[in-house]
Amino acid sequence: MSIKNKNKSKGNMTDPKVRISWKEIKQQKVLLIWSAVIVVYGVIFYYLPLAGWIMAFQNYKPKDGLWHSEFIGLAKFQQLFSDISFLKTIRNTLAMGVINLIATFIMAIVFAILLNEIKSKGEKKVVQTISYLPHFLSWIIVTGILHDALSGSGIVNEILRKLNLVDQSINFFAHPGYFWPIVAFANVWKETGWNAIIYLAAITSIDPSLYEAASIDGAGRWAKIKYVTLPGIRPTIMILLLMNVGNVLNAGFEIQYLLGNGLVQSVSQTIDIYVLKWGISQSDYSIGTAAGIFKSLVSIVLIVIANQIAKRNGEERLF
Amino acid sequence: MNKKKRTMADKVFVVCNTVFMILFVIITLYPVLNTLAVSFNDGTDALRGGIYLWPRKWTLKNYTTVLQKNNLVTGAFISVARTVIGTVLALVSNAILAFIVSRKKFLFKKQLSFFWVVTMYVNGGLIPTFLLYKNLGMTNSFAVYVVPGMISAFNMLVIRTYMNGIPDSLEESAQLDGAGYGTIFLKIISPLCKPVYATVALFVAVGQWNSWFDAMLYNRLDGKLTTLQYELMKLLSSVTSQVTSVEAMKNSSGNVTPTSVRAAATILTMMPIICLYPFLQKYFVTGMTLGGVKE
Repeated sequence: MSIKNKNKSKGNMTDPKVRISWKEIKQQKVLLIWSAVIVVYGVIFYYLPLAGWIMAFQNYKPKDGLWHSEFIGLAKFQQLFSDISFLKTIRNTLAMGVINLIATFIMAIVFAILLNEIKSKGEKKVVQTISYLPHFLSWIIVTGILHDALSGSGIVNEILRKLNLVDQSINFFAHPGYFWPIVAFANVWKETGWNAIIYLAAITSIDPSLYEAASIDGAGRWAKIKYVTLPGIRPTIMILLLMNVGNVLNAGFEIQYLLGNGLVQSVSQTIDIYVLKWGISQSDYSIGTAAGIFKSLVSIVLIVIANQIAKRNGEERLF
Repeated sequence: MNKKKRTMADKVFVVCNTVFMILFVIITLYPVLNTLAVSFNDGTDALRGGIYLWPRKWTLKNYTTVLQKNNLVTGAFISVARTVIGTVLALVSNAILAFIVSRKKFLFKKQLSFFWVVTMYVNGGLIPTFLLYKNLGMTNSFAVYVVPGMISAFNMLVIRTYMNGIPDSLEESAQLDGAGYGTIFLKIISPLCKPVYATVALFVAVGQWNSWFDAMLYNRLDGKLTTLQYELMKLLSSVTSQVTSVEAMKNSSGNVTPTSVRAAATILTMMPIICLYPFLQKYFVTGMTLGGVKE
């Protein structure tokens, strides 16, 4: 059984062909002036920083500026990739990005499907409202809460002790082994309800007659989830997965920065933290820029690859 | 449907699902409620542990301490200011841009959209951006909070998707009556876009209220310009760096400890959002659905 979800965005956008003429320009004067202002803004705040990429190929000195700094080719990139701690940050960023992506994805879908199975409208509303709450809290607050919950006298250790699973409190923030799971859990805690919104919307747009037909065929709840709900939200899942693959490397800054400490540095440092540390704190702008460029390029490559795979399999795609 | 007999499997499913949802709600709410309880509890008493959902030794001292801390109060003012000003600026500029690119007849419609969509995928990165703002004289200034994020391709696309759904005939008939684009934007399109404007305003406002990194990066040196979240972060790192609770007790003045003060500050920081978001649900649900629609 397969369901085709109608995608609104696919509505054809046949525009009347407008040719550039003085009459049109005069008529659209206001629009053109405003676009010009907006483009100037965009050039300054979004495109001008791209010119700064030149720094990665220079031995950039603030006093010499972009024009007069010494050009050194790919030396900074060579330095970057011979730095073992940078290679570790790549591993950490990718690992946490992928773990978070998978964990939050699965939890959001599971939550949306299970929430949809609650028949009482009131209960559904209450649970959903509560589920959004963590999304609105800043990472500062979330990490503060995590510190409390996972501290020696925190609730997690207390439960573990009461259940006799441990004799002594675990110091969660001192062991590298716990760091990635903690980050993944924090992401799941924060975003499950929020990410589920879109799946719930997709589920409501599934034709109810399909469920009725499935019932008549004798399908139980599981069968209906498996053969109606999941195929129904498949296009949504695919498009969101695509949109998020490019963000895998962006998923690593705030929480790692706020939760990391000297003891877990080897697993907590991400590319963004590396950039901050070398670029801002040590004022080595060239190396910081080089690391940033590497991140951007990998992100773009990931998006293109994901898009190609989607295309080949006949799924939804971004471009 | 209702008359359908419930099978055994169905019952098991309902029970498991209920248990799952209850656990979900507990895990979501407990940490917040626990912080609330600690914030109303005597600080030194809280160090003994064992406070869950209800304070043992009631006090308002944590809150009075927070309100006496100048940096937190100034931070709160800055946070409110950046949220209000930042949201208004972002809403107006994203709405204007979305209006322009959703005009079917606009000459550079495709080009202008492309110009902004590119920014979703490519950006200069931290260092070039940092240097740019520095050169623009935006360090140690309030502007760095509200100017850089004014237009975002994502928010623009959300509004544009909504505007594309408004029938062209409205614009055409207004034009026949002699209305210019300014009038069409203000009097015809914008009133119809109130729901999507609310959505984008909510997204931007939450982002503004919660951001701390820009305060740390650009305005760290100017105590009058740091935000509430950044001050909260400083409070947090001072708490976690305290190795033992004995040390914390020594440093605590009276009956408050860094932990209890932080709990109070945390509650005050989340208060505005917690009070507001349940009423704004329909707006962000719309926004998420619009934003998820491709390009």
